[in-house]
Amino acid sequence: MSKVSITLQNTDEGRLLVEAIVADNPAAEVSWMPALTKIDCEDRLSLRRETIEARFGRRYDLQELQLSLISLAGNVEEDDDSFTLAWAQGAGSRKA
Amino acid sequence: MNAMPPLPKQRKLSLKERYAHLTRGLGWETTYQPMDKVFPYVSYEGIKIHDWDAWEDPFRLTMDAYWKYQAEKERKLYAVIESFAQNNGHLNITDARYVNALKLFLTGVSPLEYSAHRGYAHVGRHFVGAGPRIACQMQAIDELRHAQTQIHTMSHYNKFFDGLHDPRHMHDRVWYLSVPKSFFEDACSAGPFEFLTAISFSFEYVLTNLLFVPFMSGAAYNGDMATVTFGFSAQSDEARHMTLGLEIIKFMLEQDEANVPIIQKWIDKWFWRGYRLLGLVSMMMDYMLPKRIMSWAEAWEMYFEQAGDALFEDLSRYGIRKPKYHEVASKEKHRLSHEVWSIFYNYTHAAAFHTWMPTEEEMTWLSAKYPDTFDKYYRPRFECWTEMQAEGKRFYNPTLPQLCVTCQIPMGFTEPDDPTTICFRSADYKGERYHFCSDGCKDIFQNEPEKYIQSWLPVHQIYQGNCGGAEVKDVLAWYHLNFGTDNFDYEGSPDQKLWEEWQAQKATNPV
Amino acid sequence: MTIEIKTATIQPRRQTYANVARRIGADKPASRYDESMFDLQATGEFHYRPTWAPELELFDARRTAIVLEDWHVLRDPRQFYYGTYTITRSRMMEATEKAFAYAERRGHVAGISPEWLQSVHHYLLPLRHYEWGANMNNCNITDIGFGSAITEAAMFATMDRLGIAQVISRIGLLMDGGTGASLSAAKQTWLDHASWQGLRHAMEDLFVAPDWFEVFVAQNLVLDGLLYPLVYRGFDEAGLAHGGASLSPLTEFMLDWFDETSRWVDAVIGAAARESAANASHLSGWAAQWSARARDALLPIATDVLGPQAEAAIDTHMADLAARCRKIGLAV
Repeated sequence: MSKVSITLQNTDEGRLLVEAIVADNPAAEVSWMPALTKIDCEDRLSLRRETIEARFGRRYDLQELQLSLISLAGNVEEDDDSFTLAWAQGAGSRKA
Repeated sequence: MNAMPPLPKQRKLSLKERYAHLTRGLGWETTYQPMDKVFPYVSYEGIKIHDWDAWEDPFRLTMDAYWKYQAEKERKLYAVIESFAQNNGHLNITDARYVNALKLFLTGVSPLEYSAHRGYAHVGRHFVGAGPRIACQMQAIDELRHAQTQIHTMSHYNKFFDGLHDPRHMHDRVWYLSVPKSFFEDACSAGPFEFLTAISFSFEYVLTNLLFVPFMSGAAYNGDMATVTFGFSAQSDEARHMTLGLEIIKFMLEQDEANVPIIQKWIDKWFWRGYRLLGLVSMMMDYMLPKRIMSWAEAWEMYFEQAGDALFEDLSRYGIRKPKYHEVASKEKHRLSHEVWSIFYNYTHAAAFHTWMPTEEEMTWLSAKYPDTFDKYYRPRFECWTEMQAEGKRFYNPTLPQLCVTCQIPMGFTEPDDPTTICFRSADYKGERYHFCSDGCKDIFQNEPEKYIQSWLPVHQIYQGNCGGAEVKDVLAWYHLNFGTDNFDYEGSPDQKLWEEWQAQKATNPV
Repeated sequence: MTIEIKTATIQPRRQTYANVARRIGADKPASRYDESMFDLQATGEFHYRPTWAPELELFDARRTAIVLEDWHVLRDPRQFYYGTYTITRSRMMEATEKAFAYAERRGHVAGISPEWLQSVHHYLLPLRHYEWGANMNNCNITDIGFGSAITEAAMFATMDRLGIAQVISRIGLLMDGGTGASLSAAKQTWLDHASWQGLRHAMEDLFVAPDWFEVFVAQNLVLDGLLYPLVYRGFDEAGLAHGGASLSPLTEFMLDWFDETSRWVDAVIGAAARESAANASHLSGWAAQWSARARDALLPIATDVLGPQAEAAIDTHMADLAARCRKIGLAV
């Protein structure tokens, strides 16, 4: 069992992103530190554009994540609708 | 030329399709000059790449998006820098001792950002595939950003505090700064694949969280909003760089089985090299932040032991194992910061930042964080030094230290299984004896002796008369270090005197 | 009075970093450009020779025939540091995005005659590969150039060329409905069509040219100095008669970029030429030699687009380029 992780800035946008992540990934563990929030999750963690848009009340391009990210751990898979972090056993789609 | 079909209706492209169209196929297959002359450095390290197009940038960043998002980051950052300067933000930090961490950062880390900029430009030119080259070029310009934003942020501190005035000059000359300098020059002087393994993977992916995340969170905790802003703004690029690090390793491993042992050897080397460099960070975290965020040992557990377990578990499918001597680093986690701080306390007269002995309150924190080691090994030493200082016999080590030929840190680390014995290793090469702080550093030397016999070792250079003269004062002048101002204890320094005046001012004139 | 006391007691102890003060004087604050440009590159106390060039230091002034006392004279008149650079480009890109959005809404590049559209496929889209080559050349200057002044601006130029290659690619996608077929066809044209081979050959020779300052002159002054006015002004104007006006807003970025970047290119070469007769002689020689080559390389494609007027058009642009060189201080 391996944890993936994502760390975001404690800005307004960052806080909404944390809410969205927790909504989409109920197993996520959230740790607050000064100025940053670290989220860990077993095997994989996904951010969905729809969930974020519902919180932001506007269109959201997942590349905007760049503005709030501090760090991450796990293999990144990004498309127009989701941003996923996963380790091999959780991803399912990795080539061997 | 083929006849073009009639103009079809425009279709919205997905991120993946758009990136593929805008990037793929840009690369040159040369006709008039041979490929190996145009790309002369991609084979000499022994790494085999069969299909450069197999590498994909998971962030799929095109220049239009790059300019847009980076400009937005810069607008925000410079707004903070401006307001920090206008409001004399340096008055709001917890304590002026904190600024010494910034001195070490600006002279030790910011020049590395610049070196990374040039190193990535080298790989960005010399890789064959357009995809990895673009990712390297974006990192090259990002690293320039980091060097420049750090200089701009610290510019305000430089106006008010000592020791920040000549970072590049010092980086190239001052004895302890040869630790970061030689680390990066080691990487930049290697071939492109080793460079990426060293910096993108071992440093960025495995180790830099330890530098930036707790340190920057610590900056916020200590009221330094300017530093935390550039730090996190840089980290937002770093997340992209870390991804490049992991992707490039997987790419090399997937391309050819013969690459695996070469990469494993590099991972072993660069883990140890990076870990030794981070010794400076351990001291910043445990001793230089007036308000502490987490201990070095806790950070090591979170960012190397736990995160590293997951990472190397993931890579085990390629036959990659954890870096050699990772267990030594874990054994040292309860000692590292104390040993490094002791070295600097002994040699503060030759450093461009101040040191001090921890207060009783700080020692209580250290005891709690390091229950097995602090009270047993370090508290008695620190109490003794504090007493000597009170008696006017502040202890300075008057002899120049012996340096490890590989990491260039003075020999002050202890045996992995015995915290009371200094660890010495040596090796003979072509009739000369070379000294090392650890088995890790000795291994690195023995794998590439021709490289490390070139090391510009500050102590040797002083003895050879290449550093301004034989007296400490001459050498410090050659470093551009202002004697009696930049060096010695924080207690009694001009920094302290001014800080206390400002605090008194603040108390009588609340703003 | 709080403010009075604050200004009286909280006085800066120094105006700027010592390396900057040594250059501009200690008594005045420095610009952001100066603070973040001067002396970033290591100049000595190197630890190891590069394994990829063991005869040289990691950064080595001997990689060009140009000799300068202080490499920081190669200043960027735009005073770009990363922040001002990205903010400038993002503004330019906003205008370009509007042009693309307008064109995309209409589903195509409206009103262009089929013949001219063919011509655009032939002359414009293959240039994405030229831009990628220019990206390589500027990346090479960033890599082995000497001093933070020139290499930092070369880094910006490197990314500019990728950006322009992608703007051209987007024009292709606009014309082929997003299939990428036009880009594949343009790559074949670039690789196989006789009209492009002179330029492709010149670029490949630059990839292996050992002197980075020669590459700077050949790429940024001469080849761009002839190609940009020829293509983005000359060809664009020729297209107006064929309904090509709707294409112009999409290539506006390139014209603005060229006008802006030329100032930097001229300042760099001018500063190097002023330093010594030997420098001026090298620079003039390179400019003359590459000008002749650029003319030969671009004449075939100009002929494809402009027909019999090509030779006269190219000679007008050659004369402009020669005048520009003389203004910089080169003998051509």
